[in-house]
Amino acid sequence: MSEDRRNARTSRPHPLVELTRARLLEFAREPEAVFWVFIFPVLLALALGIAFRTKPPEKLRAAVEVGTPGGPRLVEMLRTSPDLTVVELGPAEAAQALRTARVDVVVEGTTTVGDGDGLVSVTYRYDTARAEGRAARLAVDDTLQRALGRPDRLKVREERVAQPGNRYIDFLIPGLVGLNLMGSGMWGLGFAVVQARTRKLLKRFAATPMRRSHYLLSFMLSRLVGLVLEVAVVVGFGWLLFGVAVRGSLLALTFVSLLGALTFAGLGLLVAARPRTIEGVSGWMNFVQLPMWLFSGTFFSYERFPAVVQPAIRALPLTALNDALRGVINEGASLAACWPALLVMAAWGAVSFVIALRLFRWQ
Amino acid sequence: MGVAIGTRTTRTPTEQRAAARCSGLVKRYEDVIAVDGLDLAVQAGECFGLLGPNGAGKTTTVEILEGLTVPDDGTVEVLGRRWGTGRDHELRERLGVQLQETQLAEKLTVEETIRLFASFFARPRTPAEVIAMVELEDKRGSRVGKLSGGQKQRLALACALVSDPELLFLDEPTTGLDPQARLKVWEIVEGFKARGGTVLLTTHYMEEAARLCDRVAIMDHGRMLAMDTPATLVASLGAEQIVEFRVEGAFSDAALVTLPGVSRMTRKDAAYRLSVRRIGDAMPALLGEIERQGAALESLTTHQATLEDVFVHLTGRELRDE
Repeated sequence: MSEDRRNARTSRPHPLVELTRARLLEFAREPEAVFWVFIFPVLLALALGIAFRTKPPEKLRAAVEVGTPGGPRLVEMLRTSPDLTVVELGPAEAAQALRTARVDVVVEGTTTVGDGDGLVSVTYRYDTARAEGRAARLAVDDTLQRALGRPDRLKVREERVAQPGNRYIDFLIPGLVGLNLMGSGMWGLGFAVVQARTRKLLKRFAATPMRRSHYLLSFMLSRLVGLVLEVAVVVGFGWLLFGVAVRGSLLALTFVSLLGALTFAGLGLLVAARPRTIEGVSGWMNFVQLPMWLFSGTFFSYERFPAVVQPAIRALPLTALNDALRGVINEGASLAACWPALLVMAAWGAVSFVIALRLFRWQ
Repeated sequence: MGVAIGTRTTRTPTEQRAAARCSGLVKRYEDVIAVDGLDLAVQAGECFGLLGPNGAGKTTTVEILEGLTVPDDGTVEVLGRRWGTGRDHELRERLGVQLQETQLAEKLTVEETIRLFASFFARPRTPAEVIAMVELEDKRGSRVGKLSGGQKQRLALACALVSDPELLFLDEPTTGLDPQARLKVWEIVEGFKARGGTVLLTTHYMEEAARLCDRVAIMDHGRMLAMDTPATLVASLGAEQIVEFRVEGAFSDAALVTLPGVSRMTRKDAAYRLSVRRIGDAMPALLGEIERQGAALESLTTHQATLEDVFVHLTGRELRDE
């Protein structure tokens, strides 16, 4: 070995840079991974955005039973309401339509004997568990009582709100960003690590002077590069197609996404620390992610779950990430305002990473 | 050892010391003893072969020496140092390792893979240098997944050589390769040896051991059965030729060892195996004996005695039966 050659080698690349580079190259050369991380969330947002797009409010559907006393009079009065669609159905049909939610309320009348038109009372049949049922009952009653002469005591002016920022898609986009960060963080890391383990590549690395922490850190770093694209794709898509605006600062959004990515990179490493097979790690991944899919408020608000479980739900890392993302994107919150969620994420990430480093199986 | 790290150029080439040694090595897995009290010493500058069937404990032994597996008992010293002193990475700088069954990342190219491995070492060779050493210049931009078995194995060698190692560990470097690919690997190993490197390799190919190794240790069931130069081991059989034959009909083997030039006889059913010193005396006598007994010769082959025959002699089994 000549001295010259030795010296010529001093400007060598840093192992952390090389490991991260290799990791990113491998990812970019895996078309399926690219699809699931970038294309799939966009398709999901598109489908859900269209399904739940803001439409003119649908009319409520009231059925009047054919042959009920005062039936024609009831139909005539209800048709004056712009909020109602009125149909006439036989008793059996009406019951069936109510059960299957094709009508929201069934109206039956009672008249005094001999007088074909003197309505005395009405019966409303509806499902109290359905919001439409309760709304239809109120609309029908209001229409009938006013038609029969009940005066309005207050003047009413209406303002209808369907502004960007209050639609379902506005709620959904931050949730999809969060879900995507969780999915690509955990699956991306988990599969790559376990695959390297089954192929004895981890063992081969362990036979070099490579610092083991460098190996694990390269995964975290590669996630940071990936996350910029992931978040940009979904947020940019929501903005261009549905006008979902980021009300907070882009810096805050970047910070929250970054922390979220590191949190799930840590969790992904933890789940992948021991398993020896892809099947094994898949099971654990699903086990860890399923509760968050269900409870963390990606597709609907977690406030709907009972109050008892709320603290547990809020302690989940995806809940914290979704809350922080919604705060920044929808409400323009500052980072300081999101601190409880940020703390939850940081704790999950740090604890997972430290435990993963200790448990990690190299061969 | 008093040899400071990073001063390998100060080592005198004449120094007669072990590049790797172990004694009383024991490694147990749940219900088997993989290595059962093994002693060996690999001298600096030699190519040492661990020879034996699958399950003999070769890989376990090598991985203990590589510092990847912790032995249950015994001492290990590699380049004058021990594992587990908290400075393992300094020792790893000086080793080249090729593991059995490592599958490198398929999506990276040859050059990217070597670059990655090079980055782990303080003073690596350049990727271009090692690519030339293993003759993969044409494939430098190809993905690993597209390489043939022989090319993959040469890439594994390149990753082991990129550290510019003093000691190279090769675990079954040519298993599963076709003869031409095997020859290329041999040439690479011989090149490394010619530059003064030390090699410890495992194999179950006798011809590989005979060609590459200065000394071999024959292992079976975690123990060492014999250790010497290939030529001495073969000579210890007391035979130049091995004669194998089968007969049909009643045949008594009592007289076989008394035939001129025959030094040893083993038998499995109707298959006989003779170690023969003077083939010119033994063959006519053998044929005469078969005829005298009225048996019919079914088949007969003879070959030069090899390490394979040493293994059969030591264990009573064929190497590749396993």
